[in-house]
Amino acid sequence: MSPLWLAGLAVGLALMSALVALFSARVTHLLRTLSLPLFALAGLAALAAGLLTLVQGEVTTAQLPLGLPWLPWQVRLDALSGFFLCVIGVVSFAVGIYGSGYVRGLEHGRDSLPVLGGFTGLFLTGMLLVVLADDAFMFMVAWELMSLSSYFLVAFHHDQAANRRAAFLYLLMAHVGGLSILLGYGVLAAFGDGFAFDAMRAGELSFGWASVAFVLAFIGFGMKAGLVPLHVWLPEAHPVAPSHISALMSGVMLKVAVYGFIRFVFDLIGDIHWQWGVAVLVIGSISALMGVLYALMQQDIKRLLAYSSVENIGIIFIGLGLALLFLATGHKGLGVVAFVAALYHTINHALFKGLLFLGAGAVLHSAHERNLEQMGGLLRRMPWTGVFFLIGCLSISALPPFNGFVSEWLTFQAALQAWQLDSGVLRSLVPITAAVLALTGALAAACFVKVYGVAFLGQARSRHVRRARGVPLSMRAGQGVLALLCLLLGIFPTSVIALLDVVPLQVLGQGLSQATAHGWLWLTPISSETASYGAPLVAIILALILAAGLWLFGRGIRRVRRCDAWDCGFAPPTPAMQYTASAFAQPIRQLFGSLFYIEEGIKPQPDGRQRYQLQVVDRAWGLFYLPVARAVERAARQVVRLQSGNVRIYLGWSLATLLILLWIMA
Amino acid sequence: MSLSSWGVALLQALLYLALAPLLAGWVRKVKAWLQNRRGASPLQPYRDLYKLFGKEARMAHTASPLFRAAPYIVFTATWLAASAIPFIATGLPTAAVADVIVIAGLLALARFFLALAGMDVGTAFGGMGASREMFVSALAEPAMLMAVFTLAMTAHSTNLSSVVDHQLLHGIILRPSYMFALTGLLLVALAETGRIPVDNPATHLELTMIHEAMILEYSGRHLALMEWAAQLKLLLYGSLLVNVFFPWGMARDIHPGALGIGLLLVVVKLALLGAVLAASETVLAKMRLFRVPAFLNLALLLALLGLLSHVILEV
Repeated sequence: MSPLWLAGLAVGLALMSALVALFSARVTHLLRTLSLPLFALAGLAALAAGLLTLVQGEVTTAQLPLGLPWLPWQVRLDALSGFFLCVIGVVSFAVGIYGSGYVRGLEHGRDSLPVLGGFTGLFLTGMLLVVLADDAFMFMVAWELMSLSSYFLVAFHHDQAANRRAAFLYLLMAHVGGLSILLGYGVLAAFGDGFAFDAMRAGELSFGWASVAFVLAFIGFGMKAGLVPLHVWLPEAHPVAPSHISALMSGVMLKVAVYGFIRFVFDLIGDIHWQWGVAVLVIGSISALMGVLYALMQQDIKRLLAYSSVENIGIIFIGLGLALLFLATGHKGLGVVAFVAALYHTINHALFKGLLFLGAGAVLHSAHERNLEQMGGLLRRMPWTGVFFLIGCLSISALPPFNGFVSEWLTFQAALQAWQLDSGVLRSLVPITAAVLALTGALAAACFVKVYGVAFLGQARSRHVRRARGVPLSMRAGQGVLALLCLLLGIFPTSVIALLDVVPLQVLGQGLSQATAHGWLWLTPISSETASYGAPLVAIILALILAAGLWLFGRGIRRVRRCDAWDCGFAPPTPAMQYTASAFAQPIRQLFGSLFYIEEGIKPQPDGRQRYQLQVVDRAWGLFYLPVARAVERAARQVVRLQSGNVRIYLGWSLATLLILLWIMA
Repeated sequence: MSLSSWGVALLQALLYLALAPLLAGWVRKVKAWLQNRRGASPLQPYRDLYKLFGKEARMAHTASPLFRAAPYIVFTATWLAASAIPFIATGLPTAAVADVIVIAGLLALARFFLALAGMDVGTAFGGMGASREMFVSALAEPAMLMAVFTLAMTAHSTNLSSVVDHQLLHGIILRPSYMFALTGLLLVALAETGRIPVDNPATHLELTMIHEAMILEYSGRHLALMEWAAQLKLLLYGSLLVNVFFPWGMARDIHPGALGIGLLLVVVKLALLGAVLAASETVLAKMRLFRVPAFLNLALLLALLGLLSHVILEV
């Protein structure tokens, strides 16, 4: 069974899932019993196709009987596509399982199930086709399919005005980004004489044109991936979709944008220049830091997770920037290390962000609450979700022995080789990036201590949260799959990298064989003298000492006596006396105050009571978005002058345009 | 890696465990002398631990299972992090298992659970301690990494054992980057181990505590593990400072005589460092919380300057 056939099967299953969902208006349980299982199967098929490609290491191509007469759609499945098929597949599989429990709550509501199921299937189809596409035409069609279908999912709860606004913003940004990508492909197509990727690879670009193409691609894919300052749509759009869709959007769709960027810059464009590396590195660092700082300021759990995606995309782009820098300066081996670090973080982020969004969905499902300030004590109400969410928090905070740590470790290792660069400026830029990365990691840990401590520990801060109960088995299973993978990818990094090795081998022409040279116990990305990490050993030793400690004191397990909290001898605390999420982040808010736009104050309420209000607004709105919006409005007002209503004047304009065009062409 | 080197690694890990309370007791004793008190014996922390292990553990009604598991996790992660730092000998397998980034990661793991445990019971003090701890560490952790990266870049290795070996082989050269890194790391060590001027291990004055606020609800063996972990962390940072920057006397092969000299010298060096710490705690006053960022920014800046001066001047 060839991988391409399996990938085709995945696309077919995704389409079938969409088709079946159309009938769920009548038979409401169809979405749960047939459409979403098909969706999970599609994910499984994509995962199998991806894994098979990585194991076999062969490139398979095919031509589809679709598309334009002179430009049939071409598909190609190489290691890079295979890797991203794995990323898409594994999260979609978990989301499919989880979703069948999650949508049950929607069956009796007014929400339209065919819309939800249909566009979910199309969304997956679009993403699968993007990574399979081998020509720019098919790529753009698939890209738009992905963007448009996800627009309908963002707008799913359209009865609230804020959601409609978020969806419109998303649509707008998706199209500005899409336009930029289209222009980028246009540049490549002009030099490569054709829309097929093979033709683009053959094209020779001058530095200037290559940079134009790079900038267009960076803007286009960066907008989709949520890089600062283009990220503002992301924390608006991702949280308002149903939670399993949020997991798909944050966990997978952002990765498809990363795929597009890698395909465009590392594969199609040809020679790489160090200036691009600097740009990617700087933007990536800013995104990582701003993402986590804004995440810390959020009280809505899903918005917080969306901002944290901005941070993680920043970390991925730090890795890619380092790779570009090393590759352009002739240090291919180091470039491969940074590239693999970025790929590793890509799959890691897909896993733990998917897991965390599913966990947030479970909380939303059973406690009907997104606001952290109302939560508390959920670990005892929903222990399974609590444990899985904890694994997600540990992974995303880059703590050993979980998976987030491995990719951050690899990125640090690549950055620490900066002394090999020749230019002093670049040599000093890279350590600053490493410092930003370290700061980001520490702040991320603070952020997720806040989330977990406020939501799952302590006592419930509201009545409906106190009544929360565990979620159905399917929802737990969906989270469990991702949690298990987070742990496995953290404990066996060497085996994972041995599997990934074929991706840099095909894209960059060199693998990372030295990383796996010392057996599955040791990860040695550069050499065993430079750095080694025995992840399985760390995990085993941790487990052994823990087991020994519990055995030693195990007899005491029965002997713990319960009493009131001590609390320095004050009266027993009430839930309202706990630290809140915004109180937890207050020191950091004060320290980095100048980076936010903070509105804080005590406002009298209509009922005469005083209420403390705090609003942290993203500075990118004022600095970047509003000026652009105003400029567009101003330009539109100028253009209105052309509109006189007189046909003769319109004809005159047409004639003038024609003459100018003829003059240019001649 | 032979069996005997694993044996020495195990011995080293046990030494960390055994000597950690002594360092804490020694610092307290010196501090008492400097304040014209007689003070308790340096062995007092052992007696405290023994007493706490024998006592019944109590838990609040509102505590979750995480509260109970946290002491074990905090203790284990801190101990494992300490064991990976060369104490009496270099070239041990533990340093290869966990390089300096993993050590920072393990410390972060311990801190993560410590902060969560602080928030678990749902008291205001616990949340306050957790919030402040994460705030302080958010600034201290990057500074620590940058300081150690300076050494790692010089030795072309993040394996601490190789770093120490490199120091021993090439002799101590007074580089500007080292001075920056050493000063930065000193400041970080004060913050991370909860000493004056950032936190005060002796205080139970409610509004100023950080570490004590998080472990306020613990008792019995749970408290013993938490205290022991804090003492281990002090020894860990002490050993990082004296062994990486002044690695004289470290055994480079596994030979009982060399190991004995290594142990003797490291104890002397740590005693000196402890005395310096006690002296600095005697003359300094605790800072207000919002003065701490200035202190830690200085540490981060120094560490970054160390790294930059290395890559610009010394490569």
